Amino acid sequence: MSAINVRGLTKTYGAVEAVRGIDFTIESGEVFALLGPNGAGKTTTVEILEGHRQRTSGEVSVLGFDPAEAGREFRERIGIVLQSSGIDRELTVRESLRLYGALYPKRLPIEEVIEIAGLTEKADARVKTLSGGQRRRVDLALGIIGDPDLIFLDEPTTGFDPSARRKSWELIANLRTLGKTILLTTHYMDEAQILADRVAVIARGVIVAAGTPDTLGGRGDGNAVVAFRSPGAVVRPPAPFDAAPGADGFVRVEVADLPPALHALTGWAVQQRVPLESLTVTRPTLEDVYLQLTREADHG
Amino acid sequence: MAEGRTGTPVLVWQQIRYQNRLFWRTPIAAFFTLVFPLMFLLLFSVLFGTEDIEITGRGVFSVAQFYAPGLAVFAAASATYTNIGVGTAIARDEGILKRFRGTPLPAWAYMSGLIGSGVWIAFIATVVMMTVGVVAFNVNIESSKLPAALVTFVVGAACFAALGLALAAASPTGDSAPAVANATILPLAFVSDVFIAMDNPPDWLTAVGNFFPLKHFVRAFQDAFHPLVESPGFEFDHLAVMAVWGVVGTLLALKFFTWEPRESASGRRRRRRRTGGSEPSGSE
Repeated sequence: MSAINVRGLTKTYGAVEAVRGIDFTIESGEVFALLGPNGAGKTTTVEILEGHRQRTSGEVSVLGFDPAEAGREFRERIGIVLQSSGIDRELTVRESLRLYGALYPKRLPIEEVIEIAGLTEKADARVKTLSGGQRRRVDLALGIIGDPDLIFLDEPTTGFDPSARRKSWELIANLRTLGKTILLTTHYMDEAQILADRVAVIARGVIVAAGTPDTLGGRGDGNAVVAFRSPGAVVRPPAPFDAAPGADGFVRVEVADLPPALHALTGWAVQQRVPLESLTVTRPTLEDVYLQLTREADHG
Repeated sequence: MAEGRTGTPVLVWQQIRYQNRLFWRTPIAAFFTLVFPLMFLLLFSVLFGTEDIEITGRGVFSVAQFYAPGLAVFAAASATYTNIGVGTAIARDEGILKRFRGTPLPAWAYMSGLIGSGVWIAFIATVVMMTVGVVAFNVNIESSKLPAALVTFVVGAACFAALGLALAAASPTGDSAPAVANATILPLAFVSDVFIAMDNPPDWLTAVGNFFPLKHFVRAFQDAFHPLVESPGFEFDHLAVMAVWGVVGTLLALKFFTWEPRESASGRRRRRRRTGGSEPSGSE
């Protein structure tokens, strides 16, 4: 059974159409990332699914509930990690988890959650003494304390330093192994690449592309770019690599059929004893595809 | 892994304890609620002196007999109305209400916690005031009128707790809530005989005082300690006015209470706009 099913979802604020007809399905146990620039409609969409906001039209089913009308039974099965929800500064981490944990019929042991979230050393510290990254981990801990089937993560690592982001990714990856369904929104393409089974790019209120992180927007079968530092005018490389180098001294060539082209180039290099310094082969990154898609949406 | 829903009484009890804990960990709130009214008591004893008043056939009473109950009511009103109003508006700004909204906690359970905790703290403030009155200023307490004092207290504190929820709903932000609270409760205190009973006030001032619930709270509670009032000392007309205001406060709170941080409160914290807006680029 799919965990989330959205058909023709729209939301207007006065004359502004924030969401203009969105369809997607998230299967149980799947990690699904919603990508998009600020103002694209990500948070509006997610908050409609959480029951925080009413939709203008369309059909929405979350764990079999209509979130617009769902109550306690629905909220007992979801965990929400918002950017904008606060934690009482004067409570300790453990007290917060006890307070919120008591609201759910199923709850994970507090000590276990503290450990999963990497908060063991801070368990008895007041929230006001924690750093931003630590508070975010308390957010995550509060989001999973009720052992939810479905977790909403709204930009879970925004503002983190790189090592804190790595730790949070491990945490989220752990949740996936427990079979949780996760709906993630993020600005970070590497985050989506690492965590998500499937991604959808939302821009100006519509989904402009959807797929796995590796194939989004034709990434998997797009042209590769071969680049290397120009060996100088000693011997000309074979076509198409005989192009003039750029200002930085690098030759960059886009090739459709990579293996034969690369074979020709490296065969030539071995024969001529050319070192081919800094040789790289790159496909468009998820970020390249994302930027292109959102740019197209802006101009279309 | 624990299983099973927490029972309703336990849920409410946990919410009351949670709000109490927040109160005691915010020293400034504890100071204004418990210590500040006592300073008035001391100040009044200096201003009015400590001379005793003899009432024929009743005995001799200290002046504090007449103003300590008024100050106790003032303390009870700030423990409920001001604390609940300000605390809830700040919790809304900080997104704490929004977090609760996303959990299975029923709204009424959250509100019960606020009201229960507010009434309990008001009770402590009232007991502290009257105890200091008895010990330091010879205030006399008639046990036969204590039930009336207790009932008056419960009805009054519940009324002001409900009005506190309405205050939170009416305050645009947590920053402005203390101003709204003080701008309403302080002038009202002066026309409600909290500090001093006015001699021959203009009619309209009397009418204003009679309209709002504070004066009824003060009068009913004072009478439970007044030497000339016979026991049991219940003042049902005053209680009725407070009950009506309690219902009005509840209705206003139900109508205007919101869980989301308000537009004007954003920017206080690291937070992007959430609630949609006038242009697509800002209204994610």
